[in-house]
Amino acid sequence: MSTFLGMDYPTWWFLVVGALFSGYAILDGFDLGAGAWHLFLKDEKSRRIALNAVGPVWDGNEVWLVIGGGAMFAGFPVLYASLFSGMYILFMLFLAFLIFRAVSIEFRSKESMKWWTKLWDISYCISSVMLALLLGIVLGNVLNGIAIGPGYEFSGYWFEFLNPFAILVGITTLALFMMHGSIYLAMKTEGQLFTRVTGLVRNAIIFFVACYVIVTFYTLIFIPQLSDRLRQNPGLFIIPLLAFLSIANVPRLVSKGKFLMAFIFSSLTVSLLLILVAVELYPVLIVSSLDMQFNITIYNAASSDKSLGIMLAICAIGAPLVIIYTIFVYRTFWGKVKMDETSY
Amino acid sequence: MDVEILARIQFAFTIGFHYIYPPLSIGLGLIMVVMEGTYLTTGNKIYETMTRFWTKIFALIFGIGVATGIVMEFEFGTNWATYSKYVGDVFGSALAAEGIFAFALESGFLGVLLFGWNRVTPKVHFIATLGVWLGSMFSAIWIVVANSWQQTPAGYHIVGEGLNARAEITDFWAMVFNPSSVDRIMHVWTGALIAGAFLVMSVHAYYILKVRYTELSEKAFKIALVAGVVFSMSQLITGHSSANGVSVNQPAKLAAFEGHFNTQQPADMYIFGWVDKKKQTVYGPKIPGGLSLLVHWDFDEPITGLNDIPKDKQPEAVNAVFQFYHLMIALGLFFIALTLFASFLWWRRRLFSFRWLMWVFVFSVMLPQLANEFGWFAAEIGRQPWVVYGQLRTSDALSANVNANQVMFSLIMFTLIYILLFLLFIYLLDRKIKAGPYDESKVEDRPFQSSIVQSQKEI
Repeated sequence: MSTFLGMDYPTWWFLVVGALFSGYAILDGFDLGAGAWHLFLKDEKSRRIALNAVGPVWDGNEVWLVIGGGAMFAGFPVLYASLFSGMYILFMLFLAFLIFRAVSIEFRSKESMKWWTKLWDISYCISSVMLALLLGIVLGNVLNGIAIGPGYEFSGYWFEFLNPFAILVGITTLALFMMHGSIYLAMKTEGQLFTRVTGLVRNAIIFFVACYVIVTFYTLIFIPQLSDRLRQNPGLFIIPLLAFLSIANVPRLVSKGKFLMAFIFSSLTVSLLLILVAVELYPVLIVSSLDMQFNITIYNAASSDKSLGIMLAICAIGAPLVIIYTIFVYRTFWGKVKMDETSY
Repeated sequence: MDVEILARIQFAFTIGFHYIYPPLSIGLGLIMVVMEGTYLTTGNKIYETMTRFWTKIFALIFGIGVATGIVMEFEFGTNWATYSKYVGDVFGSALAAEGIFAFALESGFLGVLLFGWNRVTPKVHFIATLGVWLGSMFSAIWIVVANSWQQTPAGYHIVGEGLNARAEITDFWAMVFNPSSVDRIMHVWTGALIAGAFLVMSVHAYYILKVRYTELSEKAFKIALVAGVVFSMSQLITGHSSANGVSVNQPAKLAAFEGHFNTQQPADMYIFGWVDKKKQTVYGPKIPGGLSLLVHWDFDEPITGLNDIPKDKQPEAVNAVFQFYHLMIALGLFFIALTLFASFLWWRRRLFSFRWLMWVFVFSVMLPQLANEFGWFAAEIGRQPWVVYGQLRTSDALSANVNANQVMFSLIMFTLIYILLFLLFIYLLDRKIKAGPYDESKVEDRPFQSSIVQSQKEI
């Protein structure tokens, strides 16, 4: 098996896919979270400003999902095929809400009738909530294990996905995104709306911390094997510790009014939690609830070394370019939302 | 209905819907680059105004393209899991390149293109427009490379057997430049550029008819007409080259294109017709030996007919392939005739003198779309029963654990959602067109002061 800097290619690609999904969770996380708060903002002007805070970026954020999905297809075709065909209904619903959300953003401000804006406000908010929940439910099931059988095919039923642990992870994901999104809104707004949003930030942090504590205890009690790796390598406890510090830092920065730093730390929290998941799973990608031998791992799911090698080279060339112009785009739109003729 | 038929209907429907949008972004992107480039070099505000106007429509097209594109990406995994496992290793590098070099470029600069007018300098904005257009062109390369590999696989070997068999890449460049890649990329690009030109001509022809934004519309129409005539003519070359490739690499598909059954006879070329598969005849006006001439430069040279290809290795729906192929060609010839005629009138300085011609341009907007769709249908149905030509059958490519009810559910769901999405598209497009490039009622909004003088000169 080919290696680079002492690590085999599937592990490198695992890091690539992990980084992409982490980027997706941070970026789409804040705009889904902002969307989930939408109905909590009561007046028309606030809702329009909140919508325009995500307006220029939500499309670009979803690009990370497209690229992450493509990277999964490319590097781990077996994972991609089993996960998507196994969780057929979940992914179809995900697509439906994704489109509804896009449609809502586009439709909302095009007519000024009250029922019209209200309809699309509700649809925007609900689809944002459902997308966050569905992402969490998928993650919960991957951690908890699904009925993967011979040939790495899913052989269970779709309602098994709605188990308590998966739903709990779903709600925690929603809470995390809502915290993340509210901080983003605070960064992007001023005046009365800003005051309102800072109130939401406080509630969001409490909601998230409560969920996080529950999910942690639930995991330790009911799915102890998930923390095996940490127990065997106590050094790795640094990750949950950092995650804890990062979470604790968020309300501290918020109370000081340093929203940019708070946003950076809530982004860091998102990544650290995903790193924790990755460390607990590696090299497994999906746990089989039927038999360990059917676990989908980075080795039995991977493309050939030749293929992975080409892909890694492409990424090494392309990634710096992407980073440079992403920074350029974000700098262009830095600062509070200003409405002009190009707004939603 | 069985799961295979449902999954195929769902795929055809969702890809057919998706394929309305990316070609439009590619074609419109080029016209926007030309418009904004003209603004930069001449400094004439009118070109900035038209670029801004088309940017808004571009955003709409791009947005729906992304939304329906995510569906496609998921659908390979949900409905075609065996196919995904089979091709993943080969497509991996094409997908990675598409994502990182093309799609990220396109989406990254889109924000600046749409919302950056007041935030960056005109030159930087032009670079963003160029970046978005190039991104969409690159994107097409990798998608067509992957699809071409399914038509003419190269640079791979098969590992494993039965359900666990998969293709693994052995030579990246042989995969990228597989025998049909270059021809098909050119053909798809050109089709997309024609679609963009016709969209721009349609909208501005409408304004000209309604005597709105006349000066701006005449300038924009001429830009699009140049693109329209150049690319309609080039499509003859790329089309001929593609068909030649098919004759070498996919004889069954070529035979289906012209309903050619008997190898011994010289192959005819039909203007239009109807294939009776049972009687093995085609009814319709034809050029005897025309296909032989086109492929071999000889009226009498034989071409492999369907009778010499095993039944289980040739497309079932010969008549459908025949019809889609011929409709595409008929439309292509119409584009040449129409744009050449308009160019002739432009040379005679009478381009905008005929109302009926402007109406023809208004309604022609749908035709390049249809030609693009029909071309794909002919290419894809003609490849059957294979999903990877000669290697993997469509019936073996499905998800083993997904049943007909699930696919039925998602098919109904997509039908409803896409109807909503299409209504949204038409509604927003209509609003943007009605709103126009600027507010005519306000003098200070006009991008130029010379409109009256200018139009008098032209009369």
